Amino acid sequence: MAKSSYAIVAKDLRKSYGKVDVLKGVNLKVERGTMLALLGPNGAGKTTTVRILATLLGHDGGTVTVDGYDVKTEANAVRSVIGLTGQYAAVDELLTGYENLVMMGRLYHLNKDASKRRADELLEQFDLVKAGSRVVKTYSGGMRRRLDLAISLIATPPIIFLDEPTTGLDPRSRLAMWDIIKRLMSAGATILLTTQYLEEADQLADKIAVIDGGKIIAEGTADELKQRVGKERLELVLIREKDFDKAKKVIDGDGMKFDAAKRTISVALDGGAKHLTKILGELDAAGVGVETLSLHKPTLDDVFLTLTGRQSSAEETNDEDEDNKDKGGKK
Amino acid sequence: MADVTFEAGSIQAEKRSRGFWAFSDSMILIGRSLRHIFRSMDQLLAVVFQPIMFMLLFRYVFGGAIETQGSSYVNFLVPGILIQTAAFGATTTAIGVCNDLQRGIIDRFKSLPMLSSAVLTGHVVADLARNTVSSVVMILVGLIVGFRPTAGVAEWAAAFGVLMLFTLAFSWLSAILGMVAKTIEGVQWFSFVLIFPLTFASSAFVQPQTMPAALEAFARNQPISHIIEALRALLIGTPMGDHLLMSVVWCVGLLVVSVPLAGWLFRRHTSK
Repeated sequence: MAKSSYAIVAKDLRKSYGKVDVLKGVNLKVERGTMLALLGPNGAGKTTTVRILATLLGHDGGTVTVDGYDVKTEANAVRSVIGLTGQYAAVDELLTGYENLVMMGRLYHLNKDASKRRADELLEQFDLVKAGSRVVKTYSGGMRRRLDLAISLIATPPIIFLDEPTTGLDPRSRLAMWDIIKRLMSAGATILLTTQYLEEADQLADKIAVIDGGKIIAEGTADELKQRVGKERLELVLIREKDFDKAKKVIDGDGMKFDAAKRTISVALDGGAKHLTKILGELDAAGVGVETLSLHKPTLDDVFLTLTGRQSSAEETNDEDEDNKDKGGKK
Repeated sequence: MADVTFEAGSIQAEKRSRGFWAFSDSMILIGRSLRHIFRSMDQLLAVVFQPIMFMLLFRYVFGGAIETQGSSYVNFLVPGILIQTAAFGATTTAIGVCNDLQRGIIDRFKSLPMLSSAVLTGHVVADLARNTVSSVVMILVGLIVGFRPTAGVAEWAAAFGVLMLFTLAFSWLSAILGMVAKTIEGVQWFSFVLIFPLTFASSAFVQPQTMPAALEAFARNQPISHIIEALRALLIGTPMGDHLLMSVVWCVGLLVVSVPLAGWLFRRHTSK
């Protein structure tokens, strides 16, 4: 069989629980050796999609092939070419890291020697050599995730599913995870990643599909999406309310927003530092005092606001994005 | 951190028959469940100390107040307490299965090209091993406190067979409880409600003729009493009657129902 250039193809994928339609016709294609990020808020259908693609869950309609195999009728063939890292570390708490790796290798149907060799390699690569002989119960959250990812790579599967691999990790562990994922990319794997973080999709993926309410509502490269969403915004807080009108006249830019009560002005930047210096210079020349300024990158909320005209529904998502803004912008 | 020297698809699974892998998967998961015994303190305590405590409790605290005809109380007690320990020990399977289903590890097993019901086999076989150790400990303690069996080699072998058959049947039943109960608390409650009356309203600790008529009728005819009486007949030479036959019928019957049911429940649970 000639292999298609797509490692993962989902056509009109549907799934409902009782009367609730969770997936309402999802279409996805992931080219071999590339990464697609499935971006969306909680409850959008990300995990359901991944679970179906990884043969953990049956679907009600549509077709799904992974590496050319049908997930329904050739589940075991699919299972031998995929690796899965879920939201919750799927590791055995009472076994050591090494024992976990060897056991999963054997259950992947690698022989004993290959399993042990891979276990040693992976402990080394994931910085778990010292922890390898300890039971997993004693591991930190970040270590568990690393072990979990290591386990899903034990048989060097060409196709990897990463379901929110950094949710709940502290910033340092998140960066370490990103680093590992980037290396997997350069090793030639095909990856489907789900995430709530625009920044994560932007950093890692070749293409992004935005999912909401069980449907893909936009697809494209990070740049394409960002163009639809809008640019980085500059937000200014003025010292004096009475400078407001002066400021309005001086600043030029797209989509200016004002809030007199809060003394804030928000303006889209065209990306360059030049534009920023120009605005600040002109304000200064006009004698407008600026109390604080901050830069805001487009967030998942902005994506949703643009694509659906509403905020992303999940509260948690909003909180997380606030955190990202804080990290990303203030000076 | 060393470089991730990962070449996608560079390691291939071995090509073997389906039967070979079903066996291999089962062995690996049995190994996993056996390791669990040594890794968790409460399981170790349950295996070694609980039987000793029960034995001493009934031998020295309650035993003096209980009359038994035809044999000393300690001889009467040991077969009963062996079966009770096995019955309660089997609930470890329920807890193990319930734990696996609640945590993410079941997703991992499901995403592998393995026989996923080998997870159940692993827990059940580990139960047999754990119960063998418990039984040996209990018989040794029994011997120390005055247990004097009359069994020869053949009777001992048969007694071991009955004990294992009973443990096997109860472990599979317990696997079903683990899937139905949904939480560990549920498992504990379930097994208490099921096993407590079955083991105490039986001939395990007292002779049924001392009970009220209705209870006596239940205690005489329920499966656990048959199994205990069969064990007594083998170990201390009380009359066998149809106890051995009834024990085998009950256990095999239970297995014929519970193994397929457990497998079906497991598949249903893991494909939701």
